[in-house]
Amino acid sequence: MNWRRLFAVMLKELRQLRRDRITLVMILGIPIVQLVLFGYAINLNLRGLAAGIADQANTAASRALVMDMVASGVITPRLAATSPAELTDALRRGKISLGIVVPPDFEARRFDGREAVQVLVDGSDTVVQSAAVQLAQVPLDSRATANVAPLLRAPNQISVVSFYNPQRRSAVNIVPGLVGVILTMTMVLFTGVAIVRERERGNMELLIATPISRTELMVGKVAPYVGIGLVQTSVVLALGAWLFHVPVAGSVLDVYATAMLLILANLSLGLLISTRAQSQFQAMQMTFFVFLPSILLSGFMFPFAGMPKVAQWLAEVLPLTHFLRLIRGIMLRGAGFTELWPDALALLAFSAVMMTAAILRFHKRLD
Amino acid sequence: MNPPPATAAAGEVAIRARGLTRRFGELVAVDRVDLEVPRAHVYGFLGPNGSGKSTTIRMLCGLLTPTAGEIEVLGLKIPQQAEALRLRIGYMTQRFALFEDLTVQENLEFLAAVQGVPRAATRRRIEELLAQFDFADRARQLAGTMSGGQKQRLALAGAVIHKPELLFLDEPTSAVDPESRRDFWEKLFDLADAGTTLLISTHYMDEAERCHRLAILDHGRLVADGTPAQLTGALDGRSLLVHTAQPRRAQQLLTKLTAVRSVAQIGNSLRVLCDEGGAAIEAIRAALGKAGLAAEVEPVAPNLEDVFVASTARHAQAAAQPAA
Repeated sequence: MNWRRLFAVMLKELRQLRRDRITLVMILGIPIVQLVLFGYAINLNLRGLAAGIADQANTAASRALVMDMVASGVITPRLAATSPAELTDALRRGKISLGIVVPPDFEARRFDGREAVQVLVDGSDTVVQSAAVQLAQVPLDSRATANVAPLLRAPNQISVVSFYNPQRRSAVNIVPGLVGVILTMTMVLFTGVAIVRERERGNMELLIATPISRTELMVGKVAPYVGIGLVQTSVVLALGAWLFHVPVAGSVLDVYATAMLLILANLSLGLLISTRAQSQFQAMQMTFFVFLPSILLSGFMFPFAGMPKVAQWLAEVLPLTHFLRLIRGIMLRGAGFTELWPDALALLAFSAVMMTAAILRFHKRLD
Repeated sequence: MNPPPATAAAGEVAIRARGLTRRFGELVAVDRVDLEVPRAHVYGFLGPNGSGKSTTIRMLCGLLTPTAGEIEVLGLKIPQQAEALRLRIGYMTQRFALFEDLTVQENLEFLAAVQGVPRAATRRRIEELLAQFDFADRARQLAGTMSGGQKQRLALAGAVIHKPELLFLDEPTSAVDPESRRDFWEKLFDLADAGTTLLISTHYMDEAERCHRLAILDHGRLVADGTPAQLTGALDGRSLLVHTAQPRRAQQLLTKLTAVRSVAQIGNSLRVLCDEGGAAIEAIRAALGKAGLAAEVEPVAPNLEDVFVASTARHAQAAAQPAA
């Protein structure tokens, strides 16, 4: 390997990248858009649900209870009602998606241990419904009101408190995983078109007629993207901490080491795609062929343990699967990089195999 | 036409190929070509599109593996020693192959590093090339924004940045206006004077005439080679010019004669290529007289177009009657 030639290829890639506005925008745009979309869309911690409140007891305790509920941020009071009927009416007309009924005998019920508060939920919105079910953690009430189904009840103050439980597990789980998803998407895509593009533009015939070696060309082409991948990682982590308060329990250095491993794995996969594809369009198709199973099978969207055996085997081949185990271990459980070595090794092995295959597949010949 | 430089010693051969053949499936793109290119010559490949010029050049610089045949370039066995050869050759592709989204300067910097121009000498070499190829005030211009002629000049500058002994040029002037073509050829002869061997493919007759030596390719076969003077000299007496008032009628008449190889109308005259001189001229005069066409027939100096027609037509006839 000739270092001067290697650096010449890297410099050329960076200079071309600097003039490629669309790719530059994608480098930062994809992480930001994805984080915001995924972070909020797959967020079970619903906030700001329009709520109507009918506090018929109007005691110190009932007012405190309502204040607490509002303070949680889960609901935003939109309607002060006088009767449950008024709430069901507002629910039906879609003015509120949640109604809270504090009956006149609230204090007595509270002391007797009977149902003290009713939560009326707009059942047509399954997300709100399931959120409420989870929050209230009580079975559905069979005595559902006629046109508002289902009717939930929170039997006492304690079960209402479960409303406030910060349901942040989803965001906390999603942000580290999102680092992996974004890196999988962008890194494979960027290098997937790298070789094909030069072939399409006619640069390749010149390059292979020079003394440049296969390894110099391949490594020089992907190396700049390692830096870009680390920038993307930083963007997601910073935004995750800022918008969703996702903490890093383990060492930040370990997080970056893990990201680096995934970047390498994806870049070498992209390179292999690039030696295979006949056009940039084909390279993109192949990228999505890899991207979809990665999202679905890696454990990013669905729990890994719940998948059929065959799907699990398949998932073991995907870099994202190993990355998710590593990053969740480090960021959420505070595990060390060394404790999770099998997954780190799997990523390294994947990169080595893909890179070798890409270099072997690439010939300095036109035939 | 410049004479071949005196520096080229008689026995020095830059490229030697024997029985060079390349098949793409059923298609025989290059068919048993024998080639010998002397050093410090401008050697031309003349042939129509699809005649195998590009394929031959690609095989000679080790980019394509021959189906059969032997190649020796600058004393190296190709394709086995192609990597060693790449340090000593320059290759200018048919299509502009430099990076359109890099500037002139950046393209040259990249090629200097890749071609192994010593780091200390790089800056001076690039300045030299910028001056030599008239890019001094365009060093910061993106290659993609330049005209066809400028791109070709830049590609040539890039191909010679490491002062190669041998330069392959695949139809370098196909997208360039006549003025730029003349400039471009001046640069080529400068290089040849400095001792560089140039192998250049073209389908322009005027460019072929400028070469020191020439090989004519047709359907993958080498149908003629030699200096332009040798090639045209071999046709002496076979090229005729027929002046007549009714060129279209005369053409129809002459095409049917067995002694006539081809007839092409040039303005109000007909350029006729015969199988042999002497007898043919009489046959043509007789035929025209019999048809009552007043015509004047005079021998003219054969040109490369005649050579091209003569050599490719013979090949076509041979292919038409394989058993004979």
